[in-house]
Amino acid sequence: MVMISGASSPLYAKRRRRNVITMGLSFGATAFGLSWLVLILGVLLWEGFSGLSLAVFTEMTPPPGSAGGLLNPIMGSLVMTIIAVALGTPLGMLAGTYMAEYGRYDKLTSVVRFINDILLSAPSIVVGLFVYEIMVAQMGHFSGWAGAVSLAVIVVPVVVRTTEDMLTLVPDTLREAAASIGLPRSLMITKIAYRAARAGMITGVLLAVARISGETAPLLFTALNNQFWSTNLNAPVASLPVVIFQFALSPYKDWQNLAWTGALIITLSVLALSIIARLLTAQRKTS
Amino acid sequence: MSVASFTVPTVSHAAVSTDGLLEKVSIRDLDFFYGDHRALKSINCSLYQGKVTAFIGPSGCGKSTLLRILNRMYDLYPNQRAVGHIRLDNEDILSPSQDLNLLRAKVGMVFQKPTPFPMTIFENIAFGIRLYERLGKTDLEGRVQHALQRAALWDEVKDKLNANGLSLSGGQQQRLCIARTVAVRPEVILFDEPCSALDPISTAKIEELIDELKDDYTIAIVTHNMQQAARVSDFTAFMYLGELIEYGDTSRMFTTPNDRRTQDYITGRFG
Repeated sequence: MVMISGASSPLYAKRRRRNVITMGLSFGATAFGLSWLVLILGVLLWEGFSGLSLAVFTEMTPPPGSAGGLLNPIMGSLVMTIIAVALGTPLGMLAGTYMAEYGRYDKLTSVVRFINDILLSAPSIVVGLFVYEIMVAQMGHFSGWAGAVSLAVIVVPVVVRTTEDMLTLVPDTLREAAASIGLPRSLMITKIAYRAARAGMITGVLLAVARISGETAPLLFTALNNQFWSTNLNAPVASLPVVIFQFALSPYKDWQNLAWTGALIITLSVLALSIIARLLTAQRKTS
Repeated sequence: MSVASFTVPTVSHAAVSTDGLLEKVSIRDLDFFYGDHRALKSINCSLYQGKVTAFIGPSGCGKSTLLRILNRMYDLYPNQRAVGHIRLDNEDILSPSQDLNLLRAKVGMVFQKPTPFPMTIFENIAFGIRLYERLGKTDLEGRVQHALQRAALWDEVKDKLNANGLSLSGGQQQRLCIARTVAVRPEVILFDEPCSALDPISTAKIEELIDELKDDYTIAIVTHNMQQAARVSDFTAFMYLGELIEYGDTSRMFTTPNDRRTQDYITGRFG
């Protein structure tokens, strides 16, 4: 075919039409997806804020028909999340460090990475059942510890993945520079590589917290729920997601309102964590 | 290509006058392998105390590989091995019992890309010193200042020692890396294309610095820049396809090379 030049070519016109159609479709899909998100957030804000009051943070979950708050599930979620992060973070960081630093060229590392990726996308209800089997069934009762452990099982793969990724981003030239002044490997990792990857690694932990703060399934089988104030982690403990689950399904209006408020609290906390994580990542890029 | 017809690895040592020089590093029959690939072939070469030896040659000839054997940097990576003998003051550095951290404290290295640690300027220097010595605050500050002065950086950074090392310009970062190397008190310093990422003014500063440092150290420099080799070095080694083709006094190498390949390279006919 002889080359036809310029905008008058039929081939070019066809390409332009195709471009317009594709752009229109992409735009439409984005708008469609976003509109649902906006709708969800809007309803959540509307329903959640109307129930927000000081009592939510100072009073226990009420029996149906009376006033109350969400203090016990908020505390329960907070405590179990903290324990889960305390258990899962060191484990995940050490494993990620092994994969990125010591065992980078080992076969074991690719095996661990493969399994970790499966864990990362495993349905959380499976994790709940697993911890039910190894803890709840053995101990004979539901407990806050079991809830914290099942959340920790979800934290580990997230932290492993981000730690490995962030350490792999640290350039080898920096490792060589550290080695060139006679720095032993352990110090190179803790003083140089961790420092260079710090923001990213913290981001990983924050994302893990965001991930577990909305998890309901693993807690249903482990921590169960508790209508009352309890600091005993050997007993069932209330948590926001489970309370939302229970209250939202109930026929009582005041329970349903509290469920909306609880959902709002979780959403805002996750939002705050995401913003902090983004700020940290942005900081890393500019430095 | 006419070059390929020269296959006899004749290494000319004839024109080197080494009277009164102390052989700091001696490389004998050195082979190096990346997996099965033999990247260096029977290298014989010496580095002399108080002198600068430049390694030149086209990309991929093995000059950086050779440099990275001298502090066993290749040990960080799997499937790389060196066979042969390298002596540093009569100590076999290729021996498996060689303590790598002590070796690297003695044989410092400056890299192509400036690599400051992600910490303050002061800490970049103090970090290495603390690895080997327990010093009081004043002594440590003195040592940091001395190292920065040796690297001709002190006047530019003395008022911002607590700024991040990464906030400096490329040339300053490279001098910071030289100061970091010097602070550990090495005996040999390896420069791996230290100026290839720098502008001409920074390059001139680094070259000046190498000239000042050479009285106290044994220096080896890998460079792509032949003018640079001619300016800073006392001895030059020309490498090609993993072999050391010719080694001698820099002035002679650049005026009357013995080997046709050396001549072709320095006159820009290939490479």
